Amino acid sequence: MKRYTLEAEGLEKSFGGVRAVQGVSFGLLPGEMLALIGPNGAGKSTCFNLLNGHLKPDQGRVKLLGHDITGLAPRKVWRRGVGRTFQITATFGSMTVRENVQLALMSHRHELARLWTPAWRLRGGQADTLLERVGLADQVARPCSVLAYGDLKRVELAIALANNPRLLLMDEPTAGMAPQERVGLMALVAEIARERGMSVLFTEHDMDVVFGHADRVLVLDRGRLIAEGNAEEVRNNPLVQEVYLGSGFEEAVAAC
Amino acid sequence: MENLLLQALNGLASASSLFLVASGLTVIFGVTRIVNFAHGSLYMLGAYLAFSIVTHLPRGHAGFWGGVLLAALAVGAIGALLELVLLRRIYRAPELFQLLATFGVVLVVQDLALLSWGAQDLLGPRAPGLRGSVELLGLRFPLYELVLIGIGPLVLGLLLLLFKCTRWGTLVRAATQDREMVGALGVNQRWLFTSVFFLGSLLAGLGGALQLPRESVNLHMDLAIITETFVVVVVGGLGSLPGAALAALLIGELHAFGILIFPKITLVLVFLVMAVVLVIRPRGLFGKAQVAQAAVASVAEPVLMRAPKQLKWLGLAALLGAAVAPAYLAGDYALIVLTDMAIAVLFAASLHFIMGPGGMASFGHAAYFGIGAYGAALLAKWFAAPMVPALLAAPLCAGLAGALFGFFCVRLSGVYSAMLTLAFAQIAWSIAFQWVELTGGDNGILGVWPDAWATKLHYYWLTLGLSAAGTLLLRRMAMSPFGYALRAQRDNALRAEAIGIGGFEFRWVAFVLAAAFAGVAGGLFAFAKGSVFPTALDIPRSVDALLMVLLGGVQTLAGPILGALAFTGLHEQLVRATDYWRLVLGGVILLLVLAFPQGLAGAVRQWWESKGRA
Amino acid sequence: MVGIGFGRRSVLGGVAALAAPKVGRAQAEALKIGEINSYTAQPAFLQPYRQAWTLAVEQVNAAGGIHGRPLQTVHRDDAGKPEDAVRHAGELINSEKVVLLAGGFLSNVGLALGDFALQNKRLFVASEPLTDAIVWSKGNRYTFRLRASTYMQCAMLVEEAAKLPAKKWALVAPNYEYGQSAVRWFKELLKAAKPDVEFVAEQFPALGRIDAGATVQALAASSPEAIFNVTFGADLTNFVRQGATRGLFERRAVVSLLTGEPEYLDPLGDEAPEGWIVTGYPWDQINTPAHTLFRDAYRRRFNDYPRLGSVVGYDTVQAIAALLRKANTTETEKLVDAMKGLNFGSVFGDVSFRAQDHQSTMGAFVGKTVLRNGRGTMVDWRYADGAKYLPSDAVVQTLRPAG
Ligand SMILES: Nc1ncnc2c1ncn2[C@@H]1O[C@H](COP(=O)(O)OP(=O)(O)OP(=O)(O)O)[C@@H](O)[C@H]1O
Ligand SMILES: [Mg+2]
Repeated sequence: MKRYTLEAEGLEKSFGGVRAVQGVSFGLLPGEMLALIGPNGAGKSTCFNLLNGHLKPDQGRVKLLGHDITGLAPRKVWRRGVGRTFQITATFGSMTVRENVQLALMSHRHELARLWTPAWRLRGGQADTLLERVGLADQVARPCSVLAYGDLKRVELAIALANNPRLLLMDEPTAGMAPQERVGLMALVAEIARERGMSVLFTEHDMDVVFGHADRVLVLDRGRLIAEGNAEEVRNNPLVQEVYLGSGFEEAVAAC
Repeated sequence: MENLLLQALNGLASASSLFLVASGLTVIFGVTRIVNFAHGSLYMLGAYLAFSIVTHLPRGHAGFWGGVLLAALAVGAIGALLELVLLRRIYRAPELFQLLATFGVVLVVQDLALLSWGAQDLLGPRAPGLRGSVELLGLRFPLYELVLIGIGPLVLGLLLLLFKCTRWGTLVRAATQDREMVGALGVNQRWLFTSVFFLGSLLAGLGGALQLPRESVNLHMDLAIITETFVVVVVGGLGSLPGAALAALLIGELHAFGILIFPKITLVLVFLVMAVVLVIRPRGLFGKAQVAQAAVASVAEPVLMRAPKQLKWLGLAALLGAAVAPAYLAGDYALIVLTDMAIAVLFAASLHFIMGPGGMASFGHAAYFGIGAYGAALLAKWFAAPMVPALLAAPLCAGLAGALFGFFCVRLSGVYSAMLTLAFAQIAWSIAFQWVELTGGDNGILGVWPDAWATKLHYYWLTLGLSAAGTLLLRRMAMSPFGYALRAQRDNALRAEAIGIGGFEFRWVAFVLAAAFAGVAGGLFAFAKGSVFPTALDIPRSVDALLMVLLGGVQTLAGPILGALAFTGLHEQLVRATDYWRLVLGGVILLLVLAFPQGLAGAVRQWWESKGRA
Repeated sequence: MVGIGFGRRSVLGGVAALAAPKVGRAQAEALKIGEINSYTAQPAFLQPYRQAWTLAVEQVNAAGGIHGRPLQTVHRDDAGKPEDAVRHAGELINSEKVVLLAGGFLSNVGLALGDFALQNKRLFVASEPLTDAIVWSKGNRYTFRLRASTYMQCAMLVEEAAKLPAKKWALVAPNYEYGQSAVRWFKELLKAAKPDVEFVAEQFPALGRIDAGATVQALAASSPEAIFNVTFGADLTNFVRQGATRGLFERRAVVSLLTGEPEYLDPLGDEAPEGWIVTGYPWDQINTPAHTLFRDAYRRRFNDYPRLGSVVGYDTVQAIAALLRKANTTETEKLVDAMKGLNFGSVFGDVSFRAQDHQSTMGAFVGKTVLRNGRGTMVDWRYADGAKYLPSDAVVQTLRPAG
């Protein structure tokens, strides 16, 4: 039996009449880079929200390192070692880049109940190291509210890495970046994942990124998983081709 | 039985009157998100204008109803004008800032009405043909009340039609539902806002004008109606017309029947209703979640900086200056004013802690100030406690109350949360007011003077010391990891949650801390004044705190300090300088609002930063 | 820019103003009185009060002042907040160096000032606050009160109420100390005078926010034979309108506190109720020499008729002038001693401040309301001398803390 980092079993979620996620099951191995792809509205973000607790599934379970975490609040899921980035970047606008990461580090170390020590004394160096790693060394003192979108994505990555996660969930991590930058960023993620033995689940519309870095690919359409396999298998799957018909998928695939 | 039925009709008549005013407020809020304190003033103007117009027109139906409509239209025009010349300029200011401007309007209108119509209550003419009453079930019921019962639903129907069947109405509904959409409107947005203000003000004016045959026209109408109107709007769900109608009905009927069972209930009934409704339904009866409200603050708050060296020295110098000032200023009065200012600074800073870093407005912060004051005073009075233990009790009592009330308030967001704080504050106020045996009721607790060892100067130093220490402590906490977590959940609740920061816990603790510090201010206040009255925790005091914070600027830690000093200083000077201090104070507030939409400290900061860049 | 300029200047100005009295003190020849009242909160009552105050001071000064020194008043607005009143009191005493404090309309403001007076050992002449506490339970050496208190006015009305055949009474009063005490005294005194009365309903609408229709209905539902009303101002107006339309007052006696005062009767215009037994002030019919003189002077000066507030303002100044003449000093302790038993000629006749409880014996007019020429006024009235409606010295002693 495999030791999965993450297991999803029969996840279901509806919004009113919309069945956003239907019977999604998959497993994620330690150190694995798994891509979740699918057209707009397929239910990818909803899946992410089910996995880290932002949404409660109508049915199904989520297991992390063998423990059931279904319905756990996101902050508790995070404490168990799940980092996450959002499709629409979510950072703290009233703080600098460094402070954003410091805060995540402090939270990880259970230092947030401290009322006396000034925050700037804590974890600044660690934050800078992380930020250097994601290529933001020269931006640390800038407020997040003035950053370019691509840089915000990097801040999010640094924040998500702050608790040494066993699992990283990345919802369109490279959206809004130049093509060159995208590949670079994903290479970096892959490198970190390898180093730390961290599993990564990511969604992405850029097929270069997907086929370049994913060990395995899941394809979601209208809430259902329709295909699973390595790049080659997915590329040649007729169902997948049908779903992506006319959406530039073929070209993207051809280019690989 | 007949009596009960008639009482139900009475409830309907009150509900109808209430709905007219509330409908205007809810429409305005729905679209513009402005907490319009001036709505009550528009209502009062409606009544006064109707009085003047109707008494000048020939008697008869045309004269009366024509006068009422003319008055309503005139008030609508005044509202549109307010939007054009005042509010339009400050839409980009931080949330709730517009409230400050509307409060300035309240002050100005109060004195203008006094100057224009005199101090004496005016009794308007009765509606022609509706002077008398009809016999219902053997009891007499005024005809005019029956007409009023009809007018409420009629206006509701017309408004619903307007919103359903016109393009303009569709825009209004869309804007109420989705903020982003308003931004996308571009030029049309201005037109939409102005027209909404016109309609909302017209409804307020109509509500006021229609009271003419019922009630005397007087200078207290504005404040008498405004809180109740807000309660109706919030209980109904912000922006919801049917909600406002239902809430008005609920409150009208509960009032009518409530006084049969417990006549003194009128003091708090509306607030009890609001508290219960909001605890059960956090967005009122019919309120919907905002589409674009999401979890993300709309305007990014500026980064909190560590104080530059110069500022630290300046602060220290100011503190030392304040400590030695009495030596250079004549007499005890300087001490009194300085003591008042020190208390105001701590009070404002405590409110700022939850409003700024916490991101929760409170319309009822006086509760904790007052509970602190009462805690200290009761201990001194009933247990003959010396001053120091009594002062220690103040933050304890206030903190406990903060823990209890805050537990419910911090679960809500935005204006709902602010109104729930108001509800609790009013409940606390009514206890202080009504529990005569314990608190002395509105005659208060007397003889709470400092111990013999504390001269006025000593007491001032004590106050200054505690105020400075409290303010610095609040500042330190805002800069601590806790403060960062607090701001994090304000900035982006989604992200905060995703890094282990639960909004509830941090907001709750912040609320308790803010309450405790307000309690310290309250305890100091009790001994400074020698007596405590329910005014220590009434709405005007909560509003004062709010004004100080907004005036100073909610986005900077120095804001509440500057705001408190400016506000108390201005008030102190103007009250002594002129009988029309409300007019002048209101005018000054309006000027400040227009000149410094970021607040005084915000303006200083901007100037400092631009200097740094140059 | 304009804004901050103003803000800064005003703060500095504040500091300068705090320091100013040093300069001004030397030339102060005038006897300064500090007067604090809720001007912006209660303008309807206090504008006539202030006018008459001004008139009285002018008259005193025109007649040569007090032993050659003119009277001067520094007025302050407490906006209805006791804590502001206390702050003003501090300013008036410390910066303005006033000889004594006066004023007060709201009971709680009066009590706060009284307590301040005790703490700071300064004389406070309360003009208007009606609460009994100010001379009894919270009475102190330094506080005196001019106007006939809640108790006194209730006692005057009970005398009339006891003569009525009515046994079942309903009561309506604003929900605050004044209303509550009025109801308490009325019940207590009436029960004592006429043991077989019953009180079948009580309504306590919030002050200034009466739900008149519902209140009237609730009172009517108890089918009382008579009604005792304590509401005033806007509440009264609304109560009267709803009550009249619904026939609440038909075939029922109504006894009503203060309703005969022009402040409250005049706004009712031609809807003023008829036949109510009230305390009040029939200004147009009192033709004693003192009152005629006052009324004429007031009309000449302000082109308006006096209200009861005018009498209170005018007589407060008269009392203070008499005190200063008698004591011929500005020392508080001596002033207080002189105030005890002080006699002065009020516009209602001779009045004295009782030594035992510091209450003046100023009375009130008791009569019936009537409509004349489209406005309410009083008929069958008499002047009820306050001295006759105060409890005996023995009782007062039990009501008042020693000192
Ligand atoms: N909170 C919600 N309420 C109602 N419907 C929702 C909600 N969130 C998602 N949906 C709906 O669920 C479906 C799946 O949405 P989801 O955001 O998961 O898609 P996605 O695959 O992430 O799309 P995209 O590539 O555009 O990000 C969509 O039809 C969407 O409209
Ligand atoms: Mg998505």
